[in-house]
Amino acid sequence: MALAFDEYGRPFIILREQESKSRLRGLDAQKSNIAAGVAVSRILRTSLGPKGMDKMLQSPDGDITITNDGATILEQMDVDNQIGKLMVELSRSQDYEIGDGTTGVVVMAGALLEQAERLLERGIHPIRVAEGFEISSRIAVDHLEQIAHKFDFSATNIEPLVQTCMTTLSSKIVNRCKRSLAEIAVKGVMAVADLERKDVNLDLIKVEGKVGGKLEDTELIYGIIVDKDMSHPQMPKQIEDAKIAILTCPFEPPKPKTKHKVDIDTVEKFQTLREQEKKYFDDMVQRCKDVGATLVICQWGFDDEANHLLMHRNLPAVRWVGGVELELIAIATGGRIVPRFQELTPEKLGKAGLVREKAFGTTKDRMLYIEHCANSKAVTVFIRGGNKMMIEETKRSIHDALCVARNLIRNNSIVYGGGAAEISCSIAVEAAADKYPGVEQYAIRAFADALDSVPMALAENSGLQPIETVSAVKAQQIKENNPCCGIDCNDAGTNDMREQNVFETLIGKQQQILLATQVVKMILKIDDVISPSEY
Amino acid sequence: MAVERLFKDEATEEKGERARMASFVGAMAIADLVKTTLGPKGMDKILQSTGRGHSVTVTNDGATILKSLHIDNPAAKVLIDISKVQDDEVGDGTTSVVVLAGELLREAEKLVGSKIHPMTVISGYRMAAECARSALLDRVMDNKDDADKFRLDLMRIAMTTLSSKILSQDKEHFAKLAVDAVMRLKGSTNLESIQIIKKAGGSLKDSFLDEGFILDKKIGLGQPKRIENANILVANTAMDTDKVKIYGARVRVDSMSKVAQIEGAEKEKMREKVQKIIGHGINCFVNRQLIYNFPEELFADAGILAIEHADFDGIERLALVTGGEIASTFDNPESVKLGHCKLIEEIMIGEDRLIHFSGVEMGQACTIVLRGASFHVLDEAERSLHDALCVLSQTVNDSRVLLGGGWPEMVMAKAVDELARKTPGKKSHAIEAFSRALLAIPTTIADNAGLDSAELIAQLRAEHHKEESNAGIDVITGSVGDMAELGISEAFKVKQAVLLSATEAAEMILRVDEIITCAPRRREDRM
Repeated sequence: MALAFDEYGRPFIILREQESKSRLRGLDAQKSNIAAGVAVSRILRTSLGPKGMDKMLQSPDGDITITNDGATILEQMDVDNQIGKLMVELSRSQDYEIGDGTTGVVVMAGALLEQAERLLERGIHPIRVAEGFEISSRIAVDHLEQIAHKFDFSATNIEPLVQTCMTTLSSKIVNRCKRSLAEIAVKGVMAVADLERKDVNLDLIKVEGKVGGKLEDTELIYGIIVDKDMSHPQMPKQIEDAKIAILTCPFEPPKPKTKHKVDIDTVEKFQTLREQEKKYFDDMVQRCKDVGATLVICQWGFDDEANHLLMHRNLPAVRWVGGVELELIAIATGGRIVPRFQELTPEKLGKAGLVREKAFGTTKDRMLYIEHCANSKAVTVFIRGGNKMMIEETKRSIHDALCVARNLIRNNSIVYGGGAAEISCSIAVEAAADKYPGVEQYAIRAFADALDSVPMALAENSGLQPIETVSAVKAQQIKENNPCCGIDCNDAGTNDMREQNVFETLIGKQQQILLATQVVKMILKIDDVISPSEY
Repeated sequence: MAVERLFKDEATEEKGERARMASFVGAMAIADLVKTTLGPKGMDKILQSTGRGHSVTVTNDGATILKSLHIDNPAAKVLIDISKVQDDEVGDGTTSVVVLAGELLREAEKLVGSKIHPMTVISGYRMAAECARSALLDRVMDNKDDADKFRLDLMRIAMTTLSSKILSQDKEHFAKLAVDAVMRLKGSTNLESIQIIKKAGGSLKDSFLDEGFILDKKIGLGQPKRIENANILVANTAMDTDKVKIYGARVRVDSMSKVAQIEGAEKEKMREKVQKIIGHGINCFVNRQLIYNFPEELFADAGILAIEHADFDGIERLALVTGGEIASTFDNPESVKLGHCKLIEEIMIGEDRLIHFSGVEMGQACTIVLRGASFHVLDEAERSLHDALCVLSQTVNDSRVLLGGGWPEMVMAKAVDELARKTPGKKSHAIEAFSRALLAIPTTIADNAGLDSAELIAQLRAEHHKEESNAGIDVITGSVGDMAELGISEAFKVKQAVLLSATEAAEMILRVDEIITCAPRRREDRM
């Protein structure tokens, strides 16, 4: 009880308003936490693998999201439970760090929690369980390192990368054209990759979507697409060899930041002011023209007069272009963003081979394509699809594929997918368990069992007999000493993942195991939950 | 130990079979809702808005109906979305796409009920959709090279599209209107340059296409009502008080006389501006913004027709037809391109006076004047005409044409059936189901026309068993007829979009096995 007595026997309050708070302690707390974690992971369990199902989420505003991306599902559902939120965080950190495997990590954590509960019931102290898990996660990660393969790719041979991206995409709704999307993702990443430094800046890849058309029309554009049109309807719609002035100053009279007033008290002043205003507009446009720009892209709006002057001087212009897009255009065209007209020089202009406006469908949707840029280090993936939800889901899938390709460029080690890596780790952990004296041994065995749950979920979702299939694969792995055996989800007739070309990145898998173990350890250590009750 | 609460209050979660059931039911309800509007004998719906005025719309356009519905079922929202996209992308077939998606789901429900995994159904559907598409591709006709035939194709497509709408009585008249208007665009899909003016009164038959341009505005007082060989300056500039735009400028004076002086200067400035405009050598000036009395008077003095407050689209179109540029500064009269037309006059339509520009240089834009008994009729006529225009403009770009009257569905169903026979495994059930769903469209057309659909479809199937059959449903006589002879055509692009987006949507809904609904955002009651 959160009540203590002082030396005179008077009670004093340790926990304020404790009757209005609900409190769980000891084993009850751990069990309720575990139950919450398992409940979250159970939601995601059916989304795992190429035959996994999608979830439909309705947001508070009534918008619909259909997805099977773990991170998105968890982020969009209204989780109120504290432990549930921890699981959401877990999936999100996997998303930030790796970008793929967000479902797997939650399923893994759920399995570990289930195993832990059984151990707690036997009376093993939670800390011992946590330590056992920690030891086994290290064994598993080391084992992954051993069974990993380096695989070679180069700028000309991107086939292995495409294969890996296809594994990622095959569990999404877009798997109808996974081949072409995987190629788009890999080519996009290769275009912006810095192979020397082994790094990829994903910010340089813009993913833009537009409803209409079909998924097959999705394309990779070596340039930028801006969802804007020319400021004046009569400006030319196509510019070749464009020299682009990228401005962050408006084509409007200046607004000094200090407060000021211009008093007009005579007719002369009124007239000079008028003259100045006219000259100001003229100067702005003339300056752009003088440096040789053939296209003006501006972050702000134009005055009507400026707009006409631009049109008049045959200088097409685009207004209200967002800051991020402006930066991308600057990177792609090799131009500099110019904050003041005075600083405009010919060197600061960006260059693009072709700028064109393209109309879509029957409405007046137009987009501006900036292509054949001086610096091809910025690309756009342009997604088409039958409806809004499809586009959104495709965006997420492409993002996952891009992340996978990037991870491979950073570290070209792979492990085999389809549950093969998990089964192999499970065998290794199981074998290592006997070497540890003490209670941890049980925890380590439990960890091995938990590792089995990922292939088991895969088999279950694919409509196979889970226990039978997993044990058969396990036996095969031990017998043939071949860590490439996995679950044959697609009914391809073989369970050698090397033949099926199902790969996953080594760092992705390692991260999954480490993150899941960490979260489970954290949950196990909690023995008191104090929460304010309903009000 | 059960978890007490995982989600926030009011958030709900539906799993497995229940979730699937909810989405099937929702999607089918939507499909059934619009089903009766399909085909030439489809019925209309009355929609009453809950907003102020309780305005009423009468329509049989699928997209319009679905857009106005307030739906809570997530799966139904997916269907509404595909209908909207179909409207934006090709303009027609908005009902068919929803009906087809609904039928696909209805068939899928049966399959799932007999314990076939949704993923198997999906892969079957995919194969079937691909096969159906290639079957259509095999049978398309392309008359792009032959201008006369192509025009005939366009006429037929327009008539087919219009026959299911309110305009069906005068479909030939309107089909001609629509084809003429689209041919003037010369391949551009920019439908904005076709202006539709609605004027109540008269009958639908009195609607006409005007080759020139009609602006729904009045001519300023005391200005000429008729100008021949007009030079037109199209402008977007302030003609009220030309404010000084430099920030922070204000007038501060110490005596009344100075106020008068400044006022005089302002007036002088306006006069100068007007003089500059007149200096362009024009006799007609059209401005997007207001023109105040003072400049208007000046224009009237110079014998120039000044039109104020033309809306933005009007200005753009006018600039397009007359070939002028939209000007905002007037210092270089020699380099501003002026628009020209042979004759500007005021005309009367019904009781309204409009300004008519005829003999324009560029023939791209045109105006369609719709006449009709009531606003509801006019609104619906506009929607129907819009559908026809969309389809035609898309067909001009992609000139592949198919026959109509349920013919494409029969062709696809036949090809899909053959595929089902060749495919081993459970998938073949799904492929068969796909062909049944395709047949639902001609069935619905026949049902809506009050015909014996079972009999007709059976006859159609038999006809299609022969190679290269052109059989379809002839709704007028209520029998199977040769579509090529009857001249019923549809655009390939529309059919393809219907097929692909319906399959995509069905696939999406099928993949769902769990629906999580967040607590709705609290809103002030505005009722």
